[in-house]
Amino acid sequence: MKLFMRQVAIIDYGMGNLRSVHKALERIAKNNAIIKITSNSKQILAASHVILPGVGAIRDCIRELQRLQLDHVVCEVAKQKPLLGICLGMQALLTCSEENGGINNLGLIRGNVCRFDIQHSTNGEHLKVPHMGWNRVNQTLYHPMWNNIDQNSYFYFAHSYFATPNEALVIAATTSYLNTFASAIYKENIFAVQFHPEKSQHVGLQLLKNFLDWDGQS
Amino acid sequence: MALAKRIIPCLDVDNGHVVKGVRFIDIRYAGNPVEVAKYYDQQGADEIIFLDIAATHHNRNTMVNMVEAVASQVFIPLTVGGGIHTTDDIRNMLNAGADKVSINSAAVTNPTFIIKAAEKFGSQCIVVAIDVKIDTKSSEEPQWEVFIHGGRTPTGLKAVEWAKEVVSYGAGEILLTSIDRDGTKSGFDLNITRAISDTVSVPVIASGGVGKLQDLIDGIKKGKADAVLAASIFHFGEYSVQDVKHQMLSQGIEVRL
Repeated sequence: MKLFMRQVAIIDYGMGNLRSVHKALERIAKNNAIIKITSNSKQILAASHVILPGVGAIRDCIRELQRLQLDHVVCEVAKQKPLLGICLGMQALLTCSEENGGINNLGLIRGNVCRFDIQHSTNGEHLKVPHMGWNRVNQTLYHPMWNNIDQNSYFYFAHSYFATPNEALVIAATTSYLNTFASAIYKENIFAVQFHPEKSQHVGLQLLKNFLDWDGQS
Repeated sequence: MALAKRIIPCLDVDNGHVVKGVRFIDIRYAGNPVEVAKYYDQQGADEIIFLDIAATHHNRNTMVNMVEAVASQVFIPLTVGGGIHTTDDIRNMLNAGADKVSINSAAVTNPTFIIKAAEKFGSQCIVVAIDVKIDTKSSEEPQWEVFIHGGRTPTGLKAVEWAKEVVSYGAGEILLTSIDRDGTKSGFDLNITRAISDTVSVPVIASGGVGKLQDLIDGIKKGKADAVLAASIFHFGEYSVQDVKHQMLSQGIEVRL
C-alpha cells in the first residue's frame, strides 16, 4: 500500500484557537502531513483533510465564513473528504442556532443549537454555565474516530450552547451535564465534536490522530 | 454529573521565568515555564494559570512568546493573567495558544472592556479575577471589599455585588482570591467563596491560602468552588496533583484521573 502525504487545511476565518489545533496536529503528524492554516478556498479544496475550528459567538462565525465566501467551500468539502468540526465549528454545521437572537448556520446536519438552561438541574446542585472543564464522553456507536480512545474518556469542554440534531442517528457520543447532549455527531465524511481535542491531552491527540488516519468512511 | 472538579496549579512569571521557584523539579528547569508546565501536565493538572507579576509592556511580549512555547508542548487549557488591558492584549494571548485570559484591575477601571471582550471573543475565554479582603470595619455581618493593583488599591466595591456585575457584563468565570489568606497556608476563605459561588451562574475558581490537601477539598465541598488553584503546595512538592485527586476521589469528588 502506498503511503500518501496528508494535506490538512485548518480553516482560518478569524475565530479562534487555530494555533493550538495546528500545534497539536504537528505533534501527532510528525513529518507525515502538511498542515496549513488557511482561508484560501483553493488550498482548502485541495487538502485531503479539513478542520473547521472555532471559538466565540455563532453570529460572527457565520458572518465571517460568508464574508470570506468559505461557507460554500465548507459545504463542498463536506461532500468529498474528511471534515472535522470543533466546538463552534461543530455548531456551525447544524441548521440554526438560537444564539444571538437566532442565526441560520450551514445546515449540513439537520438540527438546532440551544443554550443550556440552568433550570434543568434536577439534583439540586447549582450547575454553572458555561459548561467549562473536563467531562466524560460516552461513545454511542463504533466509529474509526474513536479508535484507541476508552469509553467515557474525559475531554475538555468550554461552551454554553449545544447541538440538538433532528436525527438521533447522527449522534456519535453524548455527555451529561444540565441535560444529556450530543458531544459528537457524524454524517458520512463529516465528524464534529463539541469538546476541544487540541486541549484534551492524550485522548484529544489520539482523536486528532484518528482524524488524520480516517478516510471518511464510517 | 460527570463534570470533573478542576485542580489548577498557578505559576507566577516575571520576564519569561517562573518565580518563587518550583522546588521539586530539577534545578536546571525550575524557572523554565515550558518544563514546569510539562511537569504539571504529566501530574494530571486540569489547567494551568500563568500570572505575569510585573505586567510591564516589555514583559507582555515575553509572555506571548512564553505562551506560544508552552502551548506547542502542553495540550491542556492555559489561562494567562496580569496586565490584560485591551482587546489586542487578549487577541495576542489567544493567538499564541492561551484559552482564557484573566482580567483584574482593568475590569474595575473600565467595565465596558469586559463587555467588549466577551462580545468579541466569547464569555468562555474571559475570566475576571476578583481579589478580596474582609472589611473589618463592619461589625456584624462580614463584608468583603474588592481590591485592585495587586491588592494595594481599595475600590469600595462589595465582592458579591461586583461578582454579579461582572457576570452580567459577560465574564465566563471568576477567579476569586482572598488577599487575607494568600500566603498564610490557613485555607481558602470559604465564606466568601461560597457566597459568590452560590450567587453567580458561572464557574468559580477558589484561590489564596492553601496549605494542606484538605484545604483544596474544603474549597470544593464547603466553598462550592468549581475549581481550586494552588501554587506553593505544588511547587514545593508537598503534594502532587495526583495526590490531591486521589484524596478527592476518596471523598466522593469527581476528578479526571
